[in-house]
Amino acid sequence: MTGDVQMMKDQEARFQWKGFPWWLVAIIGFLGLMLLLILTNEDYNRAFNFIRGGFGGIEKLGDGGWEAFIGAGITLTIYTTLVAFAIALLIGLLAGLGRVSQNILIRNVAVTYIEFIRGVPTLVLIFTVAYVIVPAAAGAIGISGQSISPAIRGISALAVIYGAFLAEVFRAGIESVPGGQMEAARSLGLNGGQAMRHVILPQAIRNVLPALGNDFIAMLKDSSLISVLAVRDITQQARLYAGSTFRFRESYLVLTFLYLTMTITLSLILRWYERRLRQDAR
Amino acid sequence: MRADNTHPPTATHGPVVHGDDMIVINNLYKLFGNVMAVCGFSMTVRRGEVVVVVGPSGSGKSTVLRCINHLEVPSEGDIYIDGIHLEDKKTDINAVRAEVGMVFQQFNLFGHLSVLDNITLAQRLIRKRNRPEAERIALEQLERVGIPEKANAFPRQLSGGQQQRVAIARSLAMNPKIMLFDEPTSALDPEMIKEVLDVMLDLARGGMTMVVVTHEMGFARSAADRVVFMDQGCVVETASPKVLFNEPKHERTKLFLSKIISH
Repeated sequence: MTGDVQMMKDQEARFQWKGFPWWLVAIIGFLGLMLLLILTNEDYNRAFNFIRGGFGGIEKLGDGGWEAFIGAGITLTIYTTLVAFAIALLIGLLAGLGRVSQNILIRNVAVTYIEFIRGVPTLVLIFTVAYVIVPAAAGAIGISGQSISPAIRGISALAVIYGAFLAEVFRAGIESVPGGQMEAARSLGLNGGQAMRHVILPQAIRNVLPALGNDFIAMLKDSSLISVLAVRDITQQARLYAGSTFRFRESYLVLTFLYLTMTITLSLILRWYERRLRQDAR
Repeated sequence: MRADNTHPPTATHGPVVHGDDMIVINNLYKLFGNVMAVCGFSMTVRRGEVVVVVGPSGSGKSTVLRCINHLEVPSEGDIYIDGIHLEDKKTDINAVRAEVGMVFQQFNLFGHLSVLDNITLAQRLIRKRNRPEAERIALEQLERVGIPEKANAFPRQLSGGQQQRVAIARSLAMNPKIMLFDEPTSALDPEMIKEVLDVMLDLARGGMTMVVVTHEMGFARSAADRVVFMDQGCVVETASPKVLFNEPKHERTKLFLSKIISH
């Protein structure tokens, strides 16, 4: 008996050894090393302060104290991601509902939008939305296209692009709810819209929360692409700093450090949440 | 559309519907692609009657049941619920469904809602009852099916038999005129079948108009006014349970009964 217990303990220990997140140790090691360099090395410190937007000179979004504290560049990256993602959620929900609609016209409009976006590279779409669609839409409602800031153009582009990806996520979520749920709701007298709102969507959204989290992280990374519009997010700041000082190594390592810190933090929160979700389901 | 030319529907106008006829089905046909699920099914269920539909799997019994509240739309034929013609374009199908309770094989409780919210959702949306009233009625119905203590549980925390009883309570809370049961005990563990059948038996004795698709012959014997035996989409034989189980007229009925009762 004791031999068995000992063996089980050994196996458990071996399992721990195998399952230990060494990858996380490596990444935290890198982040720690970078932090040390930024705190102690003058070249890295200067690059860091420029990239985070600590020196000002960037268009102000608000006059909150925290913007000065973490830097206007970082603020712009986070702000862009949050606002664009919120709009993308709305577009995605509408397009996802359109995608499963019984109405042929609505369904085809939704599929056209989704397939159009998925068929064009993200970078190309950012240019197209920012320089063609946004000015055209502004013109249509009587605003001068030129008065729209690059940040708003970039946010619009990200929202339109991610709306298509999120539409597919929402569609998958709706389809993951068993057909019997809709039938039970309809048999109680609920109409299609009531059944969707009160029965299908709450379950669908719960099922796709992890997928939405992944797309949020993906959007945080893709927000770097709007630097091509001269929006002064951290990527643009790094390019400016590297271009003017020729300190490429410092600029891009600090930039990598900033993105990785944000994405790893979010991804750990997401893993923790998914694990809790699995435990709840049991 | 009519695939079986040997059995054409005879009535082109609706049948005479009497005041006590809760369900009138006239020459119902249902095609799934090329497969004829129901061919020429007719039946009248009067107020307070309990009709049990039996037959081998794939005989079209569930399809008939699902046509009664238009979860399946008939390919041809007419259905009247309490005098309302379902195939009429002007008929508000949602209003009819609110009067027709349906219990499914897989329970289909709403997984994100507590037992109480499962039972109050349609009451509040369709019957426009306020929350306290809907909850009072929900608790009454939970009492009736014997599990008032589960009001705040979630469906996944309940056994199959308990879930099915909540599903019955959810339907009853709408004060339906008719209850449809689609193999309500087929997905249950054997020891939970009785608790569900007891609730159904109680309902039948209380005068509810019921159409039940089931393999539980014991329930048919004790609760049914009539038993309909279906095979290959058609009615083979309709009789009182006593007659149908003891002296079936048709060979197919005899064959079916010998297969299920021999053990």
